[in-house]
Amino acid sequence: MINWLVEPLQYAFMQRGLIASILVGIVCAVIGCYVVLRGLAFLGDALAHAVLPGVALAYLLGGSLLGGALIAALLVAVAISLFSSEGRIKEDTAIGILFSASLALGVALISTIRTYAVDLSHILFGNVLGVSVSDIWLILGLTVVVLAVLLILYRPFLVVSFDPVLATTLRLPTQLLRGLMLVLLALTVVISLQTVGIGLVTAMLVTPGAAAYLLTRRLPAMMVVAAGIGALSSTIGLYLSYYLNIASGAAVVLVATLIFLLVYLFAPERGLLTQWFKTRGVRREIAR
Amino acid sequence: MTPHELISPAEPARLELTDVSIGYGSRLILENINLEIAHGAQVAVVGPNGAGKSTLFKALVGLLPIKQGQILIHSQPLGHHQDCVAYIPQREEVDWRFPVTVLDVVSMGRMGKSGWFRRMGDSDRKSVLKAMVQMGIDQWAGEAIGDLSGGQQQRVFLARALAQEPHILLMDEPFTGVDATTQEVTLQLLHDLKSLKVTVLVSTHDLNMAAQEFAQVLLLNRRIVAFGTPQEVFTPEHLRQAFGSHLLTVNSEMVVDECCPPDEKGGHSHD
Repeated sequence: MINWLVEPLQYAFMQRGLIASILVGIVCAVIGCYVVLRGLAFLGDALAHAVLPGVALAYLLGGSLLGGALIAALLVAVAISLFSSEGRIKEDTAIGILFSASLALGVALISTIRTYAVDLSHILFGNVLGVSVSDIWLILGLTVVVLAVLLILYRPFLVVSFDPVLATTLRLPTQLLRGLMLVLLALTVVISLQTVGIGLVTAMLVTPGAAAYLLTRRLPAMMVVAAGIGALSSTIGLYLSYYLNIASGAAVVLVATLIFLLVYLFAPERGLLTQWFKTRGVRREIAR
Repeated sequence: MTPHELISPAEPARLELTDVSIGYGSRLILENINLEIAHGAQVAVVGPNGAGKSTLFKALVGLLPIKQGQILIHSQPLGHHQDCVAYIPQREEVDWRFPVTVLDVVSMGRMGKSGWFRRMGDSDRKSVLKAMVQMGIDQWAGEAIGDLSGGQQQRVFLARALAQEPHILLMDEPFTGVDATTQEVTLQLLHDLKSLKVTVLVSTHDLNMAAQEFAQVLLLNRRIVAFGTPQEVFTPEHLRQAFGSHLLTVNSEMVVDECCPPDEKGGHSHD
């Protein structure tokens, strides 16, 4: 068993991959709690797809792919909040327009590249085994920044998410806080690209948070449990990918989904089967 | 800080609306509102559905832009006195599945005072506890708000408003769809707030309650129909102006037919 666990770690690329996956699993899960509670899954998905033109452009210009992704995600985050803050169109419409437009731009740019297949498929579905040491530092740095901002601004973010009306009466800068949340989400999406890729970021944002929601009754606890589920999914997923030789991002997401399903069925209070057994017990009591 | 300390002696203690119009987009809901409410007054806001009761409240907390005119609180424009207006939303406006406890929600009321970043101080904690005890919800401090009954949930929001220590408290339909205990506790709170000199505006469908429990009544129907004591406001002429065809006469007494639109749940309620 120990051997089984240690063997993959003999390889430096596996060590780096594991560190990157765990960091991404944690940061996605924590900010993902707000995504789950405020119904922002569509937004997270949009931000993920929006980075494609940035990445393609960076590739064409020979710049840093992550840098390109970061700039594109931030631009789209700002554009979405500008479009919808005017109140002329609904936020999900604004997201839909920008999301498909930037995806189209990305595809258009990519189609001009002849040899795009390898690197860009990594952006789409992740390539955690290709994480370099400098990538790890970037991921670590951005993870710390995102988590620190969420921690420092915990109370304002809580109030804005739970009760925007109270936030307005308390004269909190609600628009600014919403914009900042978008930026944090964009940063999170970008650092997830290498581990799970554009296509699967949403799962990392939503699934651990959704499972944690069923297990807890306070936001801080929900965040801690979600982070644990995120880190656990990343670890198990990476080992599965090593031993079964399947794509790492997909393995991580499938493990997270399995954990969610187990929680959904068996959570102590809110699980589907738990409740079914409880009501069956009550029915029997009544029948007696 | 108590409500009084915020008011300098030079400022008249009152809420003034001068020629105010409020609406969404280009559509005006309320037009040409001129109103002066003395500090510490308790006013029932009544009128038919769509009369603009919630709209008025939302404008007072800064949720809706004022299209025209101005709102002054103690002679200062809206927003000058930080967090001096507290608002208790209608039940449907709250996400009851959000993972927060009763204590969390009541503590939110202190954020204007304790600052956004800092943890709550002793005085904050004291006032949160006091508010919970006053509303009789301290035994549920650790419960998730989604697990409480409707009436208990409303008391949580009343406690939060108390913890805010507001000058002006706005309650949107606090007597609709709650149990007798909550109704009783809410009325008791109104009584207590009188001695604290908090200005209270309560929107309600219950005209009897408005007449019995409030010294002043504001009758709205997209503009001010009447404002004054219940005797002055509840005249056949005013009621006809406000409620129009919803007004019935039963045994020579006026009855307002507050029937819901067909798509709304719930039956008739004849007030």
